[in-house]
Amino acid sequence: MQLLVIQRILGLLLIVFSSTLLPPIIVGLSYGDGAVMPFVESIVVFLVIGFSLYIPVRKQKKELRLRDGFLVVVLFWTVLGIASGLPIYLSGIYEISITDSIFESISGLTTTGATVIVGIDRLPHSLLIYRQELQWLGGMGIIVLAVAVLPMLGVGGMQLFRAETPGPVKDNKLTPRITETAKALWYIYLGLTISCALAYWLAGMSGFDAVSHSFSTVAIGGFSTHDASIGYFNNTGIQLIAIVFMLLSGVNFALHFIAIRKRSLNPYQRDAEFRTYIGVLLAVSVVTIGYLQLNHTFDSTTDSIIEGLFQVVSIGTTTGFTTAEYYSWPGFLPVLLLYVSFIGGCSGSTGGGIKVIRILLLVKQGARELKRLIHPNAQIVVKIGKKPLPENVIEAVWGFFAAYFAISALMILLLMATGLNQETAFSAVAACLNNLGPGLGEVGQNFAYINDPAKWILCLAMLLGRLEIFTLLVLFTPAFWRK
Amino acid sequence: MNIIILGAGQVGSSVATQLAREESNEITVIDINQDILSELQDRLDLRTICGNGSYPALLESAGADDADMLIALTNSDEINMIACQVASSLFHTPTKIARIRSPEYLNRPGLLSDDSIPVDFMISPESLVTEYIHHLIEHPSALQVLDFANGRVQLVAVKAYHDGLMVGRKLKTMSEHVPGVDMRVAAIFRDGESIQPSAECVIEADDEVYFLAAREHIPTVISEMRKLDKPIKRVMLAGGGNIGGQLAAILEKEYQVKVIEAYPKRARELCAMLDSAIVLLGDAADPDLLVEENIESMDVFCALTNDDEANILSSMLAKRMGAKKVMSLINRGAYVDLVESGLIDIAISPHQVTIGALLAHIRRGDVVAVHALRRGSAEAIEAIAHGDSSSSKVVGRSIDQIKLPEGTRISAIVRGEEEVIIAHHDTVIESEDHVILFLTDKKKITEVEKLFQVGFTYF
Repeated sequence: MQLLVIQRILGLLLIVFSSTLLPPIIVGLSYGDGAVMPFVESIVVFLVIGFSLYIPVRKQKKELRLRDGFLVVVLFWTVLGIASGLPIYLSGIYEISITDSIFESISGLTTTGATVIVGIDRLPHSLLIYRQELQWLGGMGIIVLAVAVLPMLGVGGMQLFRAETPGPVKDNKLTPRITETAKALWYIYLGLTISCALAYWLAGMSGFDAVSHSFSTVAIGGFSTHDASIGYFNNTGIQLIAIVFMLLSGVNFALHFIAIRKRSLNPYQRDAEFRTYIGVLLAVSVVTIGYLQLNHTFDSTTDSIIEGLFQVVSIGTTTGFTTAEYYSWPGFLPVLLLYVSFIGGCSGSTGGGIKVIRILLLVKQGARELKRLIHPNAQIVVKIGKKPLPENVIEAVWGFFAAYFAISALMILLLMATGLNQETAFSAVAACLNNLGPGLGEVGQNFAYINDPAKWILCLAMLLGRLEIFTLLVLFTPAFWRK
Repeated sequence: MNIIILGAGQVGSSVATQLAREESNEITVIDINQDILSELQDRLDLRTICGNGSYPALLESAGADDADMLIALTNSDEINMIACQVASSLFHTPTKIARIRSPEYLNRPGLLSDDSIPVDFMISPESLVTEYIHHLIEHPSALQVLDFANGRVQLVAVKAYHDGLMVGRKLKTMSEHVPGVDMRVAAIFRDGESIQPSAECVIEADDEVYFLAAREHIPTVISEMRKLDKPIKRVMLAGGGNIGGQLAAILEKEYQVKVIEAYPKRARELCAMLDSAIVLLGDAADPDLLVEENIESMDVFCALTNDDEANILSSMLAKRMGAKKVMSLINRGAYVDLVESGLIDIAISPHQVTIGALLAHIRRGDVVAVHALRRGSAEAIEAIAHGDSSSSKVVGRSIDQIKLPEGTRISAIVRGEEEVIIAHHDTVIESEDHVILFLTDKKKITEVEKLFQVGFTYF
């Protein structure tokens, strides 16, 4: 462990990220909402901490090793997650507690979108845009952004990159240099965000709302500037735009990169993960819409189709926007939707959950075991697309899957121990671990009314979900700390 | 520069390591062995792709469309050539370098041209290593002999001994000692550390001294540092593979050569190939065989098999049994440091020799030769100065006026066909001069490249 090198990078990252507090200040000043001071104070705090970490060790320039990468990523997410709560706390909105501020900022950064604030519509503009910006930064990954803008991370950048990007196979670089890869990802991300904002604006949102919502849509976050989320606009066009951009952002960004470079749609069509992703969402939509119709939940068929599709895509990609009170939908639908959120987005996307590719692998692995029962001597490889996958990837996916469910089971128990009922506990864990946002029961609308210990547990769940469990869990193994 | 490297073997991965360190290069490495690639990917900031590098689809996915250079270094000549052909026909890659080992291809100059097989530069590690060893045998007292300006200037490393005339004296007295011989001490290594060769510097016994001089002056200068070894007469080569065979063919004209080869089939091939050299069938680490073939009267014993451990052990055995000087081919860098401390006189690292030749093609600013010095800590570069005093940073300026990066020195200049000028502080560089520089810090290499780039490319 090269603690001094880690300290240097951490300090540097904090200094750089203090600049992310500038946009809310600008917005606040231009709207004259009088809530700028908390941000100014926070910048000072960020800079002081950053420099006091950085200056004493500024000459420690060594390449990061594998282990250092994990530590930097986890520390940075934790430190930034907590530090970003500072402006919210200082703003004193609704006499918000420290726990709530941190919950809100971690929920933002991890693109979960679970909120503890009731009365969002009345928040000052600076705070509103800040929440949305947090989601946007967390979406593609703050470390990936750092790798793109800080060239001196070098090879160490790859270690960080790997620890942060989601998916089972992480060695696929789009370009030979890691910095270029990170830049390419951010350009695509930026492109999607701009087109999304324009589309929202053309569909009738105000400029502020369009930008705010484009941030949380493309980041698959789910924060909104209104208590009623997208439902506030009551506009089919906006719903359709949201569906399209949520779908696009749930796709592996490497796929976008290849498609843009080749100027063709074939890469999508050929990609097994993409096909499964669309297939699952389509199948669940059909079931949902059919069941809604059957129960006459909505008055017209068009409403059923739009609301059904919107809610499936929003929850299936783990965005968490709502237009209808989906938690009061009939029968098995709410739970079905939560199940779909476990599948989540594609690897290398901004979505959460287990990731489509892992589910696909598990299904194929299951099918292989069945085949083996019939043909005990058969040699069977698991293929994705037409390429056979190495056994160790499949083993890793199994391990991940097991850990994912062990963690969620444990957390559900812990939440119930704090006094939550079973439905609330289950849905809160699913909502946070999958970086989804809204749950069922007491956490259907927001997370304001659950107890503080439960909130802390859920903060951990959100971080675990965003860093795909192992990156964080590895720090708790003794072997990691042994020299 | 966007570079695709085929083959992640010893040469391939060393080249990738060198190139990836330089900010401006984007490197993609292709190999069929995923394990080697994963290891490389962990260590360096580059992209790796697993598969057969001559297949168009694979080259395409490696970004051959906008690659500036393809370096084919697999162990198959045929794959290397086809890869160059594919890159040229389908992707119009501007520069294609291929490693070609088999003399059958090397001996046909027309074969590798734009009209037939489009290989711009070929490098043959075997030929390079053969030439390198040949130089060492020509100069028995030297540890390393490197050519600059087509061999008109040579850089020689020698170990100073008490019996050398210069030992214990200051460098500035050198010119009084050997009037008429212009030479330049480029670097001195004492106990593995580089020391600045200033005029006041005193040469001590056991120093490794690197000096540059015109080819004809080399023996005179060596004799200043140590007593000259007797010229070599008898050479024994252990291992008659590509290198052993080629070397024997060159050496047999001037020396008595014995080649030990373990495989009967290859031994017969060698017999057919060689005229006066004696081919022995047997194990190079067999003491009885060595005794029988008079190992104690051998001037040089070279272990040239492709097995590091076998080379080291047979050389040690030969040394113990009385061979005067032993050399061994060693691929692994870690072994080189281990054995050079005394067990073996000279360790030859094939990929280091190869990389020098390769780097010369890759460097910009018309760098024609790059040599890594023995410890790998320093590098010697030959670059051509172009342009005039307004467009170039070096032409028309005296050495004092040139802003050289720290740790870099200009040692010699080769002008025209014949003239070799050992650089002094007031020497003025002219256009088309070959300038020979020394770098003790390899990180400065990009700055040196920039220095030699002309006019508009320099921003």
